[in-house]
Amino acid sequence: MTFVDLLGFGPKGWGLALLTGAFLTLIVSIVALLIGSAFGALIAWAKLSKSLAANMVGDAYTTLFRGVPELLIIYLFYFGGSSVVSGIAHGFGLSGFHDVPPFVAGALAVGLISGAYQGEVYRGAYLAIARGEVEAAIAVGMSRGLMFRRILVPQVLRFALPGLGNTWQLTLKDSALVSVTGLVDLMRESAMAAGSTHRYMTFYVAAGALYLVLTSVSGVLFNLAEARATRGLRRS
Amino acid sequence: MDFPFLSATMLRLLAVLPLTLELWALSILFGGILALGLTWLRSRKDKILPNLARAYVFVFRGTPLLVQLFLIYYGLGSMKEVQQSFLWPFLREPFYCAVLALAMNTAAYSSEIFRGALAAVPYGQIEAGIACGMSRWMRFRRIVFPIALRQALPAYSTEIILMTKATALGSLVTLMEVTGIAQKIKNDTYRALEVYLCAGLIYLVLNFAIARAMAALEYYLSPHLRAIPASRQSPNPAIVL
Repeated sequence: MTFVDLLGFGPKGWGLALLTGAFLTLIVSIVALLIGSAFGALIAWAKLSKSLAANMVGDAYTTLFRGVPELLIIYLFYFGGSSVVSGIAHGFGLSGFHDVPPFVAGALAVGLISGAYQGEVYRGAYLAIARGEVEAAIAVGMSRGLMFRRILVPQVLRFALPGLGNTWQLTLKDSALVSVTGLVDLMRESAMAAGSTHRYMTFYVAAGALYLVLTSVSGVLFNLAEARATRGLRRS
Repeated sequence: MDFPFLSATMLRLLAVLPLTLELWALSILFGGILALGLTWLRSRKDKILPNLARAYVFVFRGTPLLVQLFLIYYGLGSMKEVQQSFLWPFLREPFYCAVLALAMNTAAYSSEIFRGALAAVPYGQIEAGIACGMSRWMRFRRIVFPIALRQALPAYSTEIILMTKATALGSLVTLMEVTGIAQKIKNDTYRALEVYLCAGLIYLVLNFAIARAMAALEYYLSPHLRAIPASRQSPNPAIVL
């Protein structure tokens, strides 16, 4: 079979399968990024808080999720979670192995890792806001909620955008590890294609190329977003 | 809590820690050398070489490490040309494939760190070296290298910690390092939570130790940036030491 037949969309081609896999990779990464942004915001808040206990929780979270291999965290969520779920199922009199859906375990694991990195990004962005902005908001009598919505969030997002772009790239690449749970993302799809055709080189190069498209296109999008978000700022 | 099981697991995992460390050290060593080469290519004045280095960095930073590892282990390993070449004794071994993948991956990230560090050397310092009549090599040795090293250290220690975590991928190409053994114990005992938590603890302690060591190195290399101890401060506050 030729290169075109293998990667094409014909009856024996894997083109559609790879594209479906790439789509699932994109979905897992986006869900993970969203989970991570919720946890990241909480972690940033904990680290910026005046409470010592909250600071310690924030530090412990970042140390833990940045210090342990991503693969191990995914294993922990998938296999560990599955043994907990099986235990509960046995309690209800159901026998056998019950697993956490790979998508849920994978997106949660990658999302929590992403959250550790995003926490630092948001914390830095918050600290970059000029103190005068907050003082001005208090001076005109804004409530805390209004100040948060009108002054803090727009600027935190603006300052966080470059860091968020980096975190997105990390998350996108970490999502390849979710394939170990059996989720048929781009990595898993190309491994299956490679295994069944014995054309390892062809399919891993194709997978790499598709990942490269995902990372570079999203990189361009983040640059555009950054240019738009900072259009009101004067450049030095 | 089943302490006998936990301690037995811990001992079995610690027994293969040397393999993880070996993988880590060799990847950083070869990755560092490759990164220096890439940094040198990037700093060249002609048209082709810097673009080659740029393309290398783009490809290796834009794809997951797992794809790179599989490409080397399964992809290169399945090629007849490779199987008949002198490289086969190495590329046949999962260990050397993992070292190669990790080293090539970290080289891409490290070369960007080194490039940034070189760019951060103030030009006035180099000019001063030229004015003193230093040769190119002496300028590099006495001015550019020490300043760039201090600049690069914080980002490079992050990269080294990322490499510790990356060694876990070795288990996916049949390498029996800490994660590989953890996976094996889990398959034998079905006690996923305890086993992975033990393995996670090992990596956490390892990374903590590496981070402390790098911070100590940074402290040692930047005596001029520290606050002057009170005992050595001038009694006359008008005189700044």
